[in-house]
Parts: sequence; structure tokens; C-alpha cells
Amino acid sequence: MIATFQAALSDADLNQLRSGLVRQVVKFRSRAVIVDVTAMDVMDSFASRTLREIAHMIRLRGAETVIVGIQPEVAFAMVQLGLTLEGVATALDLEEGLAYLTQKFKNIN
Amino acid sequence: MRAAQEIRVVIHTDQDIVAARQKGRALAVELGFSPGDATLIATAISELARNIVTYAGTGVVGIQGIQTSGRQGILIIASDHGPGIADIRQAMRDGFSTSGSLGLGLPGVRRLMDEFDLQSRVGRGTTVAVKKWKP
Repeated sequence: MIATFQAALSDADLNQLRSGLVRQVVKFRSRAVIVDVTAMDVMDSFASRTLREIAHMIRLRGAETVIVGIQPEVAFAMVQLGLTLEGVATALDLEEGLAYLTQKFKNIN
Repeated sequence: MRAAQEIRVVIHTDQDIVAARQKGRALAVELGFSPGDATLIATAISELARNIVTYAGTGVVGIQGIQTSGRQGILIIASDHGPGIADIRQAMRDGFSTSGSLGLGLPGVRRLMDEFDLQSRVGRGTTVAVKKWKP
């Protein structure tokens, strides 16, 4: 499953993304989710905490999450702010994210 | 040289946080900041506006261009009439939070910007003024 969005997200949008994603993972018995954050203008403390929660919830469902597309200046601002996505897989873009998951599932099977 | 415009965003809901940081980024770009610096400024505005929503409920974020002799920059003032901060030294330590969130984000905001000033009185409110200068 791939989740992507086109505009800046408010806190309410992020909460909706979280509950929506977890619901879809259950519904489709997804094994992996890629969250594409290329369109995110700012990753502040709330956004990064929500992304971490999404990844942890999905892991509890036995699925993998990869965050892709964090822009270089957004990454720089996150580091300055002291934010981390500890324990969450990240990749450069959608292609790299898919490659990561393919490799991961190949190792398991 | 024309005076840079001043933006004033009333902060009440999470939608206002997005509006404040988007307007702040636009002004930063208009003032000649690089996209990278504009992102740092927008992130700082997002954290300051979030503190208002979380701790005070309502407040104002003002954003304006500033200049001194030979220097141009941006000034952001986030003010509220909320509960105020009892222990400012503690609030400026990384990881401190009274709301169970990631923290007030104030030490992070200080790292994002060049100048940082925090005034707070318990029961009266909090004003945070931050500046970033163009390189």
C-alpha cells in the first residue's frame, strides 16, 4: 500500500491519515506501507511523532512501514529541532522504498 | 527601500498553525531567504504556533521583515495570554514537557533561529521573539 498526499497537512489531517492507514492495513491485510511525504513543507514535532506512531501501529499489525521523500531542507530542520524517526525505516524516494521492501521480503522468504 | 509587510495570524486551531507557517515561509522567500532557510523559519513558526494552541488555547503570531545597518532579517513574535511558564530554565532544556508531547520545542526553535528571546509571567502569558538574519 502506498500513501501519498499533495498538500501541507494540519494536525487533524495527520490524525486522519493515522487512523485511515491503520484501518486500511487491517482491511487489506497489507504487508507493507510506503508513506510518501515529498509534499510535506514542514516536519515539526507533531508531524514526526504522528509518523512514528503510524509506523509502530502498523508494525503491531505485522506489517512494515517505510517513510520516503523527506526533502533535504526538511531533514535539516528536523535535525536542528532535535527530531528523529527512530525505529522507522526511511528511503530516498518511492523507488528506493519499494527496493528496500522487496529486499526485505526476499530475505524473509 | 520599501518596508516589508507585516503579517499577523491569530492562532486558535491547528489549521491556523499551517496558515501561519505558510505565510511565514512566503514572506521569508519574498525577503530573499533561501528555500532551506525558509523551511527552518517555517518550522520554527509551526512549533511556536503549536505551543500557543497546546498551552494557551489562543494567541497571535506576528511575522515581519526587519533591517539594521547592512543586515536584513525576519522577526517572529508569538504571544499569548495563557498560563505562562513557571520555570523558564527547565522549559529551555531539551525534552521538557508538561503536556506529554515531545516538549515545548523551545530549545529546538532556538537552534533553528539566530536570536531568541522568551518573556513569560505565570498567569499573564508568554511572548517568544525570534530573529533570523540573511547570510
